[in-house]
Amino acid sequence: MANIPTTMKNKFWATLFAALTVSIATTLLFQQQRAQASSVGYPIGGSVAEFKLQNAKGGTVSLSDYKDKKGVIVVFTCNHCPFAKAYEERIIALDKKYAALNFPVVAINSNDASDYEDESMENMKKRATEKGYTFPYLQDATQAVAKAFGATRTPHVFVLRNENAKFTVQYIGTIDDNYQDPAGVTKRYVEDAVNNILAGKPVVVTQTKAVGCAIGWKDA
Amino acid sequence: MKVQGWIVGILLVGVQMVGRAQQVPLVKWAAMDSLFAQKSDTTYIVNFWATWCKPCVTELPYFEQTQQKYLNQKLKVILISMDFARELTTRVVPFVTERKLTSQVWLLNEPDANSWIEKVSKEWSGAIPATLIFNNAKGKKVFFEQKLDALRLEKELSDFL
Repeated sequence: MANIPTTMKNKFWATLFAALTVSIATTLLFQQQRAQASSVGYPIGGSVAEFKLQNAKGGTVSLSDYKDKKGVIVVFTCNHCPFAKAYEERIIALDKKYAALNFPVVAINSNDASDYEDESMENMKKRATEKGYTFPYLQDATQAVAKAFGATRTPHVFVLRNENAKFTVQYIGTIDDNYQDPAGVTKRYVEDAVNNILAGKPVVVTQTKAVGCAIGWKDA
Repeated sequence: MKVQGWIVGILLVGVQMVGRAQQVPLVKWAAMDSLFAQKSDTTYIVNFWATWCKPCVTELPYFEQTQQKYLNQKLKVILISMDFARELTTRVVPFVTERKLTSQVWLLNEPDANSWIEKVSKEWSGAIPATLIFNNAKGKKVFFEQKLDALRLEKELSDFL
């Protein structure tokens, strides 16, 4: 552009700059709109409302019971789903590892027990005892908690960070990248998220998807 | 003559048995990629299910009926099993044989589902049952993360056929 007058050069750059700004702004706007349109349940960074549910191990458990912890690994799971069963040992291992670091597991079963006998409170109790759950196993009888979180399947994990009794969602998705074989796992999404939070760092991969059993909803 | 008759009989029974016992191939994502890239004017109903998934098993007959009803049209049902690969011969094949499923069944052996779920549909959270209906020649595609019934399936197909 050596032969082009300076004013024209400036004009060129100004136009290019303006065009870029507009296109970036439009892209951001559209992305935001798309995110809003598809967002059901808590978004990443969203704060989590208090809940109080019956525990299969006795009594009730509230989110606020964890106000002195660094965070909570909330796992929507159930008794009958083979994907949930395949992850059961890994969920127990997560609690073993992270409860000691003030970041325990809370398991929630939101399946409609009237449609799935396997998911009754009695069967939940049996399961928690047989498998020696070291964490609460809560029944979301009204399914309000699953709906608030936007949980759709089992297992479906939400990693919550606690700051002064305010819980925010930092990760949503699957535990790792191999439901069929724990030995074949290469990415441990939940562990990575919790490790980052414990180190005071932002979570890198904040959302993943996984195949799972659809939560059995009550008929509307 | 009698012996010949027996031979023909045995052969017929054999052919029938082969016809009934559907092969269930174990496929990788590449097979799905080529399916989704089909340019032909064929409407594909791709249903993600599993033998132990109650709502999935409930809707299987609707897909089977649809495949039978439109046998002479360009419609193909493919049932993608999300069962574990290690249960192919112990669980999936017996299930398919017992229910005499006539639609094509594949077992998709890709345990890193996060890497491919959005390639099926951005709308899919990953819960099954889930169904994709598409026709690339017509440029049409609809996705459902829910159980479908005969009526709904018929209604959705009317846009494609």
